[in-house]
Amino acid sequence: MINFQYLRTTTSKSALALLSKDKAAKFLAGGTNLIDLMKRGVTTPEKLIDINHVPLKQIELKGDTIIIGALASNTAVAEHALIKEKLPLLANALNAGASAQLRNVATVGGNMMQRTRCGYFYDTEMPCNKRQPGSGCGAIGGFNRMHAIFGTSEKCIAVHPSDMCVALIALDATVVLANQKGERKILFKDFHRLAGDTPQLDNNLKTDEMIIRLEIPINNLAKNSHYLKVRDRASYAFALVSVAAALEISDHKITDVRLAMGGVAHKPWRLTASENFLKGKEASTANFELAAKLAMTDAKGFGENDFKLQMAPNSIIEALTLAKSKA
Amino acid sequence: MQSSDPKNNQGDSRRDFLKKSSLITAIALTPSVALKAAESQADERFAELFEKIPLNLTVNNKAYQTSVEPRVTLLDYLREELHLTGTKKGCDHGQCGACTVHVDGERVNSCLSLAVMNEGKKVTTIEGLANGDELHPMQAAFIKHDGFQCGYCTPGQIMSAVACVNEGHTTSRSEISEYMSGNICRCGAYPNIVDAIIEVSKGETKA
Repeated sequence: MINFQYLRTTTSKSALALLSKDKAAKFLAGGTNLIDLMKRGVTTPEKLIDINHVPLKQIELKGDTIIIGALASNTAVAEHALIKEKLPLLANALNAGASAQLRNVATVGGNMMQRTRCGYFYDTEMPCNKRQPGSGCGAIGGFNRMHAIFGTSEKCIAVHPSDMCVALIALDATVVLANQKGERKILFKDFHRLAGDTPQLDNNLKTDEMIIRLEIPINNLAKNSHYLKVRDRASYAFALVSVAAALEISDHKITDVRLAMGGVAHKPWRLTASENFLKGKEASTANFELAAKLAMTDAKGFGENDFKLQMAPNSIIEALTLAKSKA
Repeated sequence: MQSSDPKNNQGDSRRDFLKKSSLITAIALTPSVALKAAESQADERFAELFEKIPLNLTVNNKAYQTSVEPRVTLLDYLREELHLTGTKKGCDHGQCGACTVHVDGERVNSCLSLAVMNEGKKVTTIEGLANGDELHPMQAAFIKHDGFQCGYCTPGQIMSAVACVNEGHTTSRSEISEYMSGNICRCGAYPNIVDAIIEVSKGETKA
């Protein structure tokens, strides 16, 4: 691993002050993605600011909003009674991701900041517009079985690998960010970016900002929710396709619905058109099939990942059916 | 034992040679910006890059006060500095679990944690499980159920298994498999590993 300077801090204020002095510095939280990338020479920061001792680990209910600190571990969130009861979709998504060892150290903020990536991003001998803008995309026309089918660009077709983020976008989370001047809030759906012409950017966090906490509104979707993850082995693998599905059903009619997918785009992918279609309709297989078809309107395969064009709608129907069956 | 002594003609072991050559490697691995800074006599930054950070760590109930380069992982620190080589380096990228240790009682991949991130923490490795000659119940259960073949993944499997029981994720074979999925066994001893964990979770193995 290439040498770097290491600084440790105990408050978000001092962390932001250190960052303002050197915008090329990176925050170090759990490190499970960053240290891996540094070992492979994909990322070579000259300065790391260890923020693990900053007290941002709270998980609590305030009024109608659940607050989760940016440095709460994935395990702490997934195992928390409040999350299991009020936001089981989030707990299930977290437990579908990584391994127990990784979840113990990986943080909520770090999970959001993990790189959208593929094998070409990791292989420094290969072209990759994300790692080295302008060098080309190895995956387009190359090995692209794991890659995106929605919102792709000519520059990059990698997918964001998080499960947690798929649940959070479905749950209408808000992200609270801070710089030295103060805090700002953005919707979770606006945090991550599509590749477009700037595949080197995964999200809209500014270089002088840090993630402080998540705010998630309480909903009536806890009962009928399901996180479906389809992958090459039963556990500890990235999703080929994943679906977060949640329904609120009253008199057989869908009064609220959330649908989002992972493993299919450069960012967590919310299926807004399918949701709008389902609202007010009967929770029937026929409607689930129509919603799934609608979700695939702009889907595009790249050869090896063409199977996702069938796997994705099948998974949407399956997730909705399983969510409904929990009644 | 002269014939099996791994020393070369200069009387250095391979490990000593690697240590001595590490400074050369370190310079080779320094960011070009920092080397340029060094050349232009702005060598303060260059020095900072090689500065060792004080580290207080308790490993297997023994306190260590040392200093370490920031880039040294907890895994390499345990193996190369403390010579606790029971913790294994498998993939070195958090994919295999061979390096699993407990930090403040929770299982982690020591290959993806910098040693300096663990300041003030308590680490338990496979060497710290047994009570003298008395094996930990999980170690005894792995032997009883033949929970290994080549043995390379075993220290990580056992550390993960102990945590799995402590976490309470042992209500079924499938739950155990799910919560042990971060530990890969290329010999395929999985069914026997699950047997060992079930036995310990039921308190059937006496050490």
